[in-house]
Amino acid sequence: MTTGWPILSAIIFLPMLGALFILAIRGEDEIAIRNARYVALWTTMITFLLSLVIWIEFDPTTHVFQFEEQRDWLGASISYRLGVDGISMLFVILTTFLMPLCILASWDAIQSRVKAYMIAFLVLETLMIGVFCAMDLVVFYLFFEGGLIPMFLIIGVWGGQRRVYASFKFFLYTLLGSVLMLLAIMAMYWEAGTTDIPALLAYQFPPEMQAWLWFAFLASFAVKMPMWPVHTWLPDAHVEAPTAGSVVLAAVLLKMGGYGFLRFSIPMFPLASEQFAPLIFLLSVIAITYTSLVALAQEDMKKLIAYSSVAHMGFVTMGLFTLTTQGLEGGIFQMLSHGIVSAALFLCVGVIYDRMHTRQIDAYGGLVNRMPLYAFCFMVFTMANVGLPGTSGFVGEFLTLVGAFRVNTWVAFFATIGVILSAAYALWLYRRVVFGQLEKPELKAITDLDTREIVVMVPLVVLTILFGIYPAPLLDVMSVSVDHLIKNYEAALAAAEQAKLALVH
Amino acid sequence: MTETVSPIVNYLSALPEICLVIGAMALLMLGAFRGNQTADLICWLSIGLLLFAATLVVVMPATGKVAFDGAFIMDRFAQFMKVLTLLGSAVVIFMSFEFMRSARLQKFEYPILIILATTGMLMMISANDLIALYLGLELQSLALYVIAAFRTDSVRSSEAGLKYFVLGALSSGMLLYGCSLIYGFTGTTGFSGIAAAATPSVHNLGLIFGLVFFMAGLAFKISAVPFHMWTPDVYEGAPTPVTAFFATAPKIAAMAMFLRAVHVAFPDITHQWQQIVVFISIGSMVLGAFAAIGQNDIKRLMAYSSIGHMGFALVGLASGDQAGVQAVIVYLTIYLVMNVGVFACILSMRRSDGMVEEIDELAGLSRNSPIMAFLLAMLMFSLAGIPPLAGFFAKFYVFLAAINAGLYVLAVIGVLSSVVGAYYYLRIIKIMYFDEPAEKFEPMPGALQGVLAVSGVLVIFFFTYPAPLVAAANIAAKSLF
Repeated sequence: MTTGWPILSAIIFLPMLGALFILAIRGEDEIAIRNARYVALWTTMITFLLSLVIWIEFDPTTHVFQFEEQRDWLGASISYRLGVDGISMLFVILTTFLMPLCILASWDAIQSRVKAYMIAFLVLETLMIGVFCAMDLVVFYLFFEGGLIPMFLIIGVWGGQRRVYASFKFFLYTLLGSVLMLLAIMAMYWEAGTTDIPALLAYQFPPEMQAWLWFAFLASFAVKMPMWPVHTWLPDAHVEAPTAGSVVLAAVLLKMGGYGFLRFSIPMFPLASEQFAPLIFLLSVIAITYTSLVALAQEDMKKLIAYSSVAHMGFVTMGLFTLTTQGLEGGIFQMLSHGIVSAALFLCVGVIYDRMHTRQIDAYGGLVNRMPLYAFCFMVFTMANVGLPGTSGFVGEFLTLVGAFRVNTWVAFFATIGVILSAAYALWLYRRVVFGQLEKPELKAITDLDTREIVVMVPLVVLTILFGIYPAPLLDVMSVSVDHLIKNYEAALAAAEQAKLALVH
Repeated sequence: MTETVSPIVNYLSALPEICLVIGAMALLMLGAFRGNQTADLICWLSIGLLLFAATLVVVMPATGKVAFDGAFIMDRFAQFMKVLTLLGSAVVIFMSFEFMRSARLQKFEYPILIILATTGMLMMISANDLIALYLGLELQSLALYVIAAFRTDSVRSSEAGLKYFVLGALSSGMLLYGCSLIYGFTGTTGFSGIAAAATPSVHNLGLIFGLVFFMAGLAFKISAVPFHMWTPDVYEGAPTPVTAFFATAPKIAAMAMFLRAVHVAFPDITHQWQQIVVFISIGSMVLGAFAAIGQNDIKRLMAYSSIGHMGFALVGLASGDQAGVQAVIVYLTIYLVMNVGVFACILSMRRSDGMVEEIDELAGLSRNSPIMAFLLAMLMFSLAGIPPLAGFFAKFYVFLAAINAGLYVLAVIGVLSSVVGAYYYLRIIKIMYFDEPAEKFEPMPGALQGVLAVSGVLVIFFFTYPAPLVAAANIAAKSLF
């Protein structure tokens, strides 16, 4: 289904337009600030509604890219080309869905330089949506790297105590990985003569080249994902970022790594993917078990959730590189589910941080006595984080484990240990913060969720449970694209096998 | 390779240079007879003269014909680079008014020296012969030595001028020595003659020796490692508008001369000079990235930044093909735009008690003057090569050329040092955005506001329509092959 007008461009650049609107607001007084907040909220809402049009019009029976747009840009072979398929469309929706919640979550928490904050978020939204829509590698890279600028400022300007350290670490780590990918993109350009993604998907890169390209892309996506051992920037960035910054970081920016594996590494370098899948399994299993153990030892709530994110991303990489239908669909589902659940968990931390201005687990206890609604929401998300059946977290983890079991039982075995550990740290966190007696004097006057916070939490609770019980809407959208990906992958392996046999004879 | 051309064609092809020289003489007369109160007028007239020369360059046919017995060539490449150089010089004079007024440096010689230096640069760009190249280079250098020491009441400025002069003279000596060796072993000073004689089949050690000395001299002029030592001191000591000048036009002209000299005079022994270029390129990128980290003076920081940027431009040169030349041209154009913007900001770092140069003085600029801080931040991201800003495309093209030429190691070292370099650009943004505000600066003068705005807009919105520059650079690059 293709609409006659450039809907993807509209969704991408609408937030930018909102940012320009805010830029045009004069003054720094209360009214200007309120206007800036409302412009940001309305822009993100309209963007979300517009993006729902894509989902409605989307044709899940085909793997080809839809809503295509193409314009000349840098000469003949590098063009401004957009499109979505069953894999990328859901990430676009995830992004647009979370942005209004982020704006709402920052409503009262951000009091300094509000205009600049809203502009940074809207620009970031433009760049994030662009990443998932880009159908040209250079355009992809532009959006992918461009996102560093607003995120760097968000962490650095509105962040916590060690914000400078965290923002620099975030920026330089990510840049370091990405520049190697940039060189790989250039090498692909000279090899294939284009950076058009559909053309590159059809192109067969020579086997010896695939390994190098695969590693260059790994450098970028592993940092972004993040995979063990290059995950260390994430806890710092999460801890120092403002709540909404953490939400975007966990829910969307991390998914770019997984998306990159799905869109580039696996389909474009199938031979290398097959060859190095054990390496990915090893790193994933270490990430799942090791970072879960690290999470157990954390004193800071955000840091704990950050480490749990690394562990959950380990399930994603493990699932993707099983190259089975279950593994891939599970990986994608896990990313979407984690996008909702981790976002919600960071929002939950944000709620009590706004009241008490500390994230230390010790500082809390017995919140259930004064904050029943909050305790309920937090519980739902904790259960989803653990992977309790009936929540969206279960579906993703289960499918990836099924995929892993078919490929390598040991991998599945160690990953399952991670599930147990995740129950340990998540439940323990919940117990320490929410249950027990409300003994601390500062907590005596703490108030439950207000209307704005309820508005933020309700959609997340609903989706967490809905997709846990009925995951079909998501799985149906992606299944054709995933099957196509696997088919092509297996065809490429078979062709390489043939070629090898032909050489022997 | 001597073509007989009628004298009129000779003079026509050098018309912009001739106009500049005559104009400079006329302005000198005006200044000499009317004294320093005409300084402002002469500045404006100089800007007019430079822009007029740029117009002449654009409208004149760039046929690629040689003149003056093959010593001078006017082709598309020269046309493009000359326009860049002339615009760079004009913008620098335009940015100087406020500084010169407050520093009591309103002397009429300043714009005239810039014109003379620019004339030398145009000669360098068009030089198609070692002698012509040397003449242009010396005309440029002598004028630059003088304006580096222009602030006669400042010891640092005099030191900068002296240092620049002594080291510059040394490098000229090396260059000349290299030229004489090349002449001795090829029997000609014309580039086309040298190209005919320097073939890979003839293993000519003397020629290689000459080439090495020649390139050492050129490397000095673009402040590439290991001939960069003068740069930080001269940048720091010279008056700030002069530093802005050093960072822009002369770099472009010297790089253009470098491009033409190696590609036209030594096209068949590419692998001989390629090794040298790769070496100085890696050296410049790495040193530029690491040495800038410890700097606290923004002019010194920009000196190391420009060393690094020349290293990146040399990556394109190292490729030794048309894509590489095109990449260098794109790089220099974007480099010019970014640098004039940054220097417009540096020139506005002024409090009631005078100019300040410490990076920490920028603290909290995002609150005191948000627009200037935003544009400077974008320029810094652009210098670091972060997409979607213009600086990314500059780096994109040079590395694209390097990958095509198979220079993988160079490309990997290059991108890694660009990550290291990103650190110190981020540091400036950090100071402006994350730190508590320092005392306010004086309001930014209108001229600087204008330059910063144009530069910022070009850098931010370059990605929307990059095709014209890339196409123009492609046409210019073609004329060297």
